[in-house]
Amino acid sequence: MGLLAVFEPGGDAATALYIVAFSLFIIGIKQGTHPTTAKRGNLIAAVGMAVAVVTTLLLDGMGNWGLIALGLGIGTAVGVIASIRVQMTEMPQMVALYNGVGGGAVALIAWSEIRHGISLGEDFPLDSLIPVIFAGIVGSVSFWGSNIAFAKLQDLIPTRPIAAPGQQVINAILLLAIIVISVVLAVDHESPSEGLFILLLVLAAILGNLVVLPIGGADMPVVISLLNAFTGLSAAAAGFALDNVALIVAGTLVGSSGTILTMEMATAMNRSVSNILFSGFGGAPSGGGGGGGEERPHVSIGAQDAAIKLAYADSVVIVPGYGLAVAQAQHAIKEVADELEKRGVTVNYAIHPVAGRMPGHMNVLLAEADVPYENLKEMEEINPEMPRTDVAVVVGANDVTNPAAKNDPDSPIAGMPIIEVNEAQQVIVIKRSLSPGFAGIDNDLFYEPNTSMLFADAKAAAAEIAAEIGNL
Amino acid sequence: MSLMTEITIFVLAVFVGFEVISKVPTTLHTPLMSQTNAIHGIVMLGGLIVLGFADDGLEYVIGTIAVAFGAINIVGGFMVTDRMLGMFSRKPRPKAETDGKGGS
Repeated sequence: MGLLAVFEPGGDAATALYIVAFSLFIIGIKQGTHPTTAKRGNLIAAVGMAVAVVTTLLLDGMGNWGLIALGLGIGTAVGVIASIRVQMTEMPQMVALYNGVGGGAVALIAWSEIRHGISLGEDFPLDSLIPVIFAGIVGSVSFWGSNIAFAKLQDLIPTRPIAAPGQQVINAILLLAIIVISVVLAVDHESPSEGLFILLLVLAAILGNLVVLPIGGADMPVVISLLNAFTGLSAAAAGFALDNVALIVAGTLVGSSGTILTMEMATAMNRSVSNILFSGFGGAPSGGGGGGGEERPHVSIGAQDAAIKLAYADSVVIVPGYGLAVAQAQHAIKEVADELEKRGVTVNYAIHPVAGRMPGHMNVLLAEADVPYENLKEMEEINPEMPRTDVAVVVGANDVTNPAAKNDPDSPIAGMPIIEVNEAQQVIVIKRSLSPGFAGIDNDLFYEPNTSMLFADAKAAAAEIAAEIGNL
Repeated sequence: MSLMTEITIFVLAVFVGFEVISKVPTTLHTPLMSQTNAIHGIVMLGGLIVLGFADDGLEYVIGTIAVAFGAINIVGGFMVTDRMLGMFSRKPRPKAETDGKGGS
């Protein structure tokens, strides 16, 4: 055990290496601001992590090498297999799981700190006890909340909001109980009770479940981002408890990232974070209001007509939504784009910030299908181009193209920024039916005179269109 | 390290974090999230310290699980990010190859 003891815990040498580690994280993220340098940035951050881990392994007094090897071995094996096997459509689930294990690790560390401190029989200084309590609560909420988010994304439990009557009251009581127990623990810091701390973890676990269960599938991008921010905060709190700068800085970076993404997602839906968390939006029956019974007039076309419209256009904008990911149609769409480009048609992709199940998800799916990132246009960038676009093709997207968001102040999605496909000369919507999207409201776009509906599975339709263009 | 020093570091890190991360383009937000998952794996340090100094049965179990969780974050996070970013930095395929694929 003494053999590897190179650094004194909390000593200057170890801290200096931790500073090197977090500097490499920051440099790594900075390189992540451009697609061509991001891969190198990721490697730089990974080197930083290696420095931090090796430094910790060389601390004086470390023992239990067998168990450390066991934990590292299991974790590494799971991580390697998962990262090789995961499909790009499943990235939201994977990130949800990683948020979960991250939060879980923090909660366990906090528990162990409390237990170890009690067994030493020392007075618990408040400036480490309070962060431990905070880390335990946030870690436990993140772990359980993320598991529910994972289960919803993986369709293990229904994605529609699940809520009991009086749910808000139950959540408020739970939160209050958590605060009271935290105060009791802190007041009794000379000999905090481990039982109370475990109760705290359990209550936080229940709260994590109850907060995420009522949130609908369409709001998952916000939930994942928010849980990401939470896990970051919990890591920073663990850093305060363990007096470790690497944890404080790295946790704060993760927290900032999650917070920025949460705010961007909420803005893209024109809703506040608290509204998303507590309203149970999406999946509510659309009953009443529109009087869904009667069918409004619309134009329906086949793949061949669509192919002709596209082939004789000068510029085409493809608007992908989550339906494209579900149908695994990204490669087929790329083939359509390839055929069009061969004919000299300009093809771009308009990506709404909440297209997909997590921030940036659609970009990854299209990158996987070899779409050059220069052709992926953000909403603000593409909207001014729309009036000059000959054909806009909407594939598996719905609410993010609904002009009601701009035109109808009474619409549930009023004010939500949309991709203004209705401004294009012609619109082709590839969709299975006229059914409403997550917001549960009718899309006025489908009934516009310049809109043609192509009712089909996105993948099959795209393959057919590509073949038809090739035959022209 | 005093509490105030730690708070100073925390506050400065908040500013650095917001400054750096707000410059990451939307296109790269998914890799950013998986990369921050990996960076969050820094909590494995806490797990290692807790396990390395543990001296009873339950602490062994808790510590081992915490280290495994952290390792999943680190290894899985960096590897899947690398895989995704590889898709972005890939050069556009030469036209001929695309044609060959399309001809099936």
